[in-house]
Amino acid sequence: MAQIGVRSFAQAAASEEVAAPLRSVQIDGLVVLKIIKHCKECSTALVTGQLLGLDIGSVLEVTNCFPFPSRGTEEEDEADADGANYQLEMMRCLREVNVDNNTVGWYQSTLMGSFQTVELIETFMNYQENIRRCVCIIYDPERSGQGVLAMKALKLQDTFMDLYKSNDFTGEKLREKNLTWVDIFEEIPVKISNSALVSSIMAELETDSPVSQGDYDRLVLSTNPFMEKNLEFLIDCMDDLSMEQQKFQYYYRNLSRQQSQQQAWLQKRRADNMARKAAGEEPLPEEDPSNPVFKPIIEPSRLESYLITNQVSNYCDQIKGFSGQSFSKLYLMEGVHKS
Amino acid sequence: MANGQTVLQIPSSSTGLTARLHPTVLFNICDSFVRRNDQSDRVIGTLLGSISADGTVDIRNSYSVPHNESSDQVAVDIDYHRTMYDLHQRVNPKEVIIGWYSTGAGVSGSSALIQDFYAREVTNPVHLTVDTSFLNEQATIKAYVSTTISLGDRQLAAQFHEIPLDLRMVEAERVGYDVLKKTIVDKLPNDLEGLEATMQGLHALIEDVFKYVDDVVRGQVAPDQTVGRYLMDTMATIPKMSPDAFDKLFNDSIQDLLLVNYLAGLTRTQLCLAEKLNTVAQIL
Repeated sequence: MAQIGVRSFAQAAASEEVAAPLRSVQIDGLVVLKIIKHCKECSTALVTGQLLGLDIGSVLEVTNCFPFPSRGTEEEDEADADGANYQLEMMRCLREVNVDNNTVGWYQSTLMGSFQTVELIETFMNYQENIRRCVCIIYDPERSGQGVLAMKALKLQDTFMDLYKSNDFTGEKLREKNLTWVDIFEEIPVKISNSALVSSIMAELETDSPVSQGDYDRLVLSTNPFMEKNLEFLIDCMDDLSMEQQKFQYYYRNLSRQQSQQQAWLQKRRADNMARKAAGEEPLPEEDPSNPVFKPIIEPSRLESYLITNQVSNYCDQIKGFSGQSFSKLYLMEGVHKS
Repeated sequence: MANGQTVLQIPSSSTGLTARLHPTVLFNICDSFVRRNDQSDRVIGTLLGSISADGTVDIRNSYSVPHNESSDQVAVDIDYHRTMYDLHQRVNPKEVIIGWYSTGAGVSGSSALIQDFYAREVTNPVHLTVDTSFLNEQATIKAYVSTTISLGDRQLAAQFHEIPLDLRMVEAERVGYDVLKKTIVDKLPNDLEGLEATMQGLHALIEDVFKYVDDVVRGQVAPDQTVGRYLMDTMATIPKMSPDAFDKLFNDSIQDLLLVNYLAGLTRTQLCLAEKLNTVAQIL
């Protein structure tokens, strides 16, 4: 317990200095298994949980985690208060058995990698307010069924966070910051660590069987359902993207119409003024804020389209990686068949 | 008992229970042992899971419970145990208390007391022991249930029976032993690397089979009929189809994949283009 105290003191001291950039996330094998267990139990619903650990230099160690209860049909406020209570109580209990009592982020399950949403960013900002370093671990149960450990750690890029705080996603600002859709999330390399005890027990328990479940999963030839679902999501996203595009087109059309109206009004005013000058009267001002023509049109935020773009590119990557795998599998199949 | 004599009752030892242990629990126990308090020699905790009708005890989750033990008495933090159970119930109501675990080799004297406590929570609790001290140079994991031996109405002792324990390593296999076995893994294996390793494994297996069959044909190894039968079965699972039909199927699949791949590439290119146009174009 004293150690935790020292740690948090050290952290408080460290927060005054410039933080070293986060280079990697080191996850305990226990956390990996716990996340997988939780995500698998409620495979249809998306689940979240909290990560506990330590922040040491450029490495964020995740040494334990606990799941959040899934939201029932309760009232929103009540559920929130309830959730906060649950969190506090759980952390208190875990501290009693000497678990690291430091929130370092959260984990969540995802369906085919469809996690890039505004909600995720909001949660991230919430966490970021309280803890300097935080990370989100995304686990995809569906993809893990293919024999891959589909787990990755994400964080928001600093430039994006600044921009998000100012809530200014106009084209100009984005150009100024040189921020593209690739720059929203940053993937942090994941390391997995195990205690010496676990490692020796696992070495002891490792089955002698030359084939493991993972091998079976990887060699399954029927790849179509996964591919189809991926494409379906891709199509949905494209629809969303084109909706966003239409919004922008509408905005630009309005903008250009307004500009031509402004021009016309200005010309008319100038002509009037010329006439007034000739008549020896005072010229009228060239700007009139009360005129509806000068009311600025609000530019729609580009955040949504950025996120969708990210999503689409994520699907594309998944499809590419997956089809590459399927190619290999098919050629392997051909080889087996021939011999 | 009719004639007033007291009878020593020793129940039969077979209970028909089997325990199934999930690796998460094992990891949890090890972790809590590593994080135990300075002065304590072992950790105990509650096991959660379910008991199915056929007597299989599924041990799926666990949490450690602080306790104190001296030579003749044990104090378990009951409040802690209750709170933690309530918290776990909220996440997964299907997981109920099924027993308790302790580190150390086998059953010790105070185990009976704790067993007694858990017997009040659930009938016939399962006791799981994990030997973290590697006494026989191996990690012995055992599961027990207890029965009471009574002399008449008086309870004399609790007798622990070992029950068969089945390690459900499928989940661990999915993650991969390579990841769970080492103390540090720098990089997660990605899709293609995993596939490559699997293919190499498969290749090695096929080589082995070839070698075995060749040896048998040459008469160097005594033929084993069961192995032969298994090999026959394996061969039979490969569907028999004409080369033409196979080629067609193969090419169709390849073309599908190529098409999808192309589509994905095209979409990506389109995205890059759209992004440039969106941020650069501005009507001034």
